[in-house]
Amino acid sequence: MRILVPIKQVPETGDVKMDPETGTVVRAGVETVVNPLDLYAVEAALRLKAERGGTVVALSMGPAQAAKALREAVAMGCDEAVLVSDRRFGGSDTWATSYTIAQAARKLGYFDLVIAGERATDGDTAQVGPGIASWLGLPLATYVSRIESVEGGEMILERLVEDGYQRLAITLPALLTVVKEIASPRLPTLRGKKRSKDIDIAVLDADSIDLDPSYLGLKGSPTKVVRIASPKVSRGGATVIAKDDEGVAAAADGLVAFLEKKGLL
Amino acid sequence: MSAETCQCLVWTIAEQRDGALKDVSFELLARGRRLADKLGTGLASVVIGDGVSREAMTELVERGADAVYSVQDPRLAHFVCEPYSNALSGLVSAYSPSVVLAAATSSGRTLMPHLAVRVRAGLTADCTELDIEEGTGLLLQTRPAIGGNIMATIKTPDRRPQMATVRPRSSRPLPRDPARRGIIVDVPVADSVMDGRVRVLGYRKDADGSGCVEEAGIVVAGGKGLKKAENLALVRGLAEDLGGVVGASREAVDRGWIGYPHQIGLSGKTVSPRLYVGIGISGAIQHLAGIKTSEVIVSVNPDPDANLHKLADYAVVADAFLFVPELRRRLAARKMEADNHGE
Ligand SMILES: Cc1cc2nc3c(=O)[nH]c(=O)nc-3n(C[C@H](O)[C@H](O)[C@H](O)COP(=O)(O)OP(=O)(O)OC[C@H]3O[C@@H](n4cnc5c(N)ncnc54)[C@H](O)[C@@H]3O)c2cc1C
Repeated sequence: MRILVPIKQVPETGDVKMDPETGTVVRAGVETVVNPLDLYAVEAALRLKAERGGTVVALSMGPAQAAKALREAVAMGCDEAVLVSDRRFGGSDTWATSYTIAQAARKLGYFDLVIAGERATDGDTAQVGPGIASWLGLPLATYVSRIESVEGGEMILERLVEDGYQRLAITLPALLTVVKEIASPRLPTLRGKKRSKDIDIAVLDADSIDLDPSYLGLKGSPTKVVRIASPKVSRGGATVIAKDDEGVAAAADGLVAFLEKKGLL
Repeated sequence: MSAETCQCLVWTIAEQRDGALKDVSFELLARGRRLADKLGTGLASVVIGDGVSREAMTELVERGADAVYSVQDPRLAHFVCEPYSNALSGLVSAYSPSVVLAAATSSGRTLMPHLAVRVRAGLTADCTELDIEEGTGLLLQTRPAIGGNIMATIKTPDRRPQMATVRPRSSRPLPRDPARRGIIVDVPVADSVMDGRVRVLGYRKDADGSGCVEEAGIVVAGGKGLKKAENLALVRGLAEDLGGVVGASREAVDRGWIGYPHQIGLSGKTVSPRLYVGIGISGAIQHLAGIKTSEVIVSVNPDPDANLHKLADYAVVADAFLFVPELRRRLAARKMEADNHGE
C-alpha cells in the first residue's frame, strides 16, 4: 500500500501567547510541533504499512522550517518526506492549500490512501482533508475512528458522528481523516531518529508542480481575513469559597440561585 | 409562487436523521433570516435525505424559510459526502445563491469543504457570528481560531457563493409562525448524483448512551479530580438532575472512565451549551479551547488557582465530593416542591 500523510507544522498549543497590545498571536520564539492531530494519521498509516507492507510518504506544505515536522514524521517511521514550499504559496486559505497539496500529490504518483488529521490545532478548520479529496476526486470518510478491514480494494471503517458511529465501506483509493480513537501515536525510535537526520527531503516548488497560478497563495484564496480580535477573556464571574459544611451549604444555595436567575433550572 | 419567482439568495442546508430534522436546521434559519432581510432577498433551505415529511418542511417555512428545496431519494437517506455534494453542486449551479450556510457538524464540516472546491467558492469554518458588511453587502464571517484565543473575521470578496459552517447552538431558532408562507420545491434526483464508492453499512450508538455533547444544551463535565471511574457517577447524577449530557477532560477519557465521544477540547469536541459545569477539571488551555463559547460556565474545584475558575461565571472553590451531593440534594428538594405544586 502506498499511503500519503499530509501533515502541518503548528505552534505548540500550550505555548500560545497573545500580544495584549495588538490582540494577535505572538509567533516569535514559540516552539513548533507536528499538528498533534496529524500524529494519529501518521500512526494509522504506519499500522497499515506494518500489516500490509508498503510505503508511507509524509508531505508538508509550508516554509522551509516545516522540514522539522517532516523529520519528526520520518523518526516515527515514515519512509519518505516531501516539502511543498514556495513563496507563491504564502497566505493560502484552506481552498488554495487543498488545491496545492492535491496537485503535489498528483505529481507524486498513485496512492492507495491519503490519511489526514481531523484538523490542525491552529487554524482549526477541518477543511483541508475534505478539500484534497474533492480536488483529487477521491471518496472521502471523515472522523474515522476505526479501520476494521481492508480487502479487495475496499476498506470497512467506522466514523465518529455526533451521537455514535457510522459504519462504511469505502473503495480505494480514498481519503480518510482520522480522530484520536484510531490509534495512539508511537514515539520516535532511535533508528528512526537517525534516519530522520540523514534523509533527503524532496522539495516541490510551484514550478515543479502542475498548478494554475490563479489558484495559489493569498491571491488565489477565495477568503480574506479582514480583522483579528481577542475575545473577552474574563467573564467577571463570581467566586464562592466553601471550606466547611456550612460553606458548602451556602455555596450550593448560591449556585442554585445563580442558575435560577440565568433561567437554567 | 414558483421557485423562479422566489428570489432566494441566502441558503441554509438542513440536517436530518432518519427523516427527522435536527434542531440545528432551525438555528441556521434564524441566522439566514437575518442575513436575507439585511440583503433584501429571500431565504431557502435545502433538505437532502429520504422520508422527510411535508410537516417537517412546513416547519422550516414557519421558522423562517421562504422556499424549501426538497431533495429526497432512498439512496440519500444517510449522509454520504459524494452524492450530497453532487446534488448540492447541481442546485448551486442552477440557482446561484449568494450565501450558503451549513452546520459545523460532522456532516456539515465534511460536505461544505468538498462542495466549496467543486463550485470554486470560499468557505469559512465553524463561525459564531455572521453579519452583512455595510455598503458592500458582503458576508462577514467571524470565528474563533487558535484554540479560541483569537476571533477572526473573514470575507469572500469575489467568489460565489459565500459559504460558511456555523457552530451548533451558537444561535436560537426563531419561534414557529404558522402564518408564514413559503414554497416547497421537489427537486428531481438524477442517477448521476449517486456515486457508489462509499456504502453505509450501519450505525452504532455511542455505548455510553448519555447523549451527544455537541447538541446538548447543558453539559456537565468531569476530570481527573474525580480520582476514579466510579466517582464519575457524581457527574452523571448531576447531569441527569439538570437535564444535561456528560462530558469529560482528556485525562478522564484517557483513564478509560468514559468514551472518547465525550472528550471536550482541542483533541475532542467543541461545545457551545447554555450551561457548562466542569467538575475536577483544572482548565488546561486545550480543554478551554472546547468550551469558550459556552453561555454560562460553572467550575467546581478545591484549588482556588485552577484555570477554569478564572474563566467561570460561577466558580465554586470546594471539594466536589462534598459540594456536588449537597447541590444534588438542593435540586431534588426543589424538584419535589415543584412536583407538589403541580398537583
Ligand atoms: C495536543 C494536546 C491536545 C489535548 N487535547 C485535550 C482535549 O481535547 N481535552 C482536554 O480536556 N485536554 C486535552 N489535553 C490535555 C490537557 O493539557 C490537560 O492535561 C487536561 O485537560 C487535564 O485534565 P483534567 O483537568 O481532568 O486534569 P488535571 O489538570 O489533573 O486537573 C484535575 C483538577 O481536579 C482538581 N481536583 C482535585 N481534587 C478535587 C476534588 N476533590 N474535587 C474537585 N476537583 C478536584 C484539581 O485541583 C485539578 O485542578 C491536550 C493536551 C495536548 C498536549
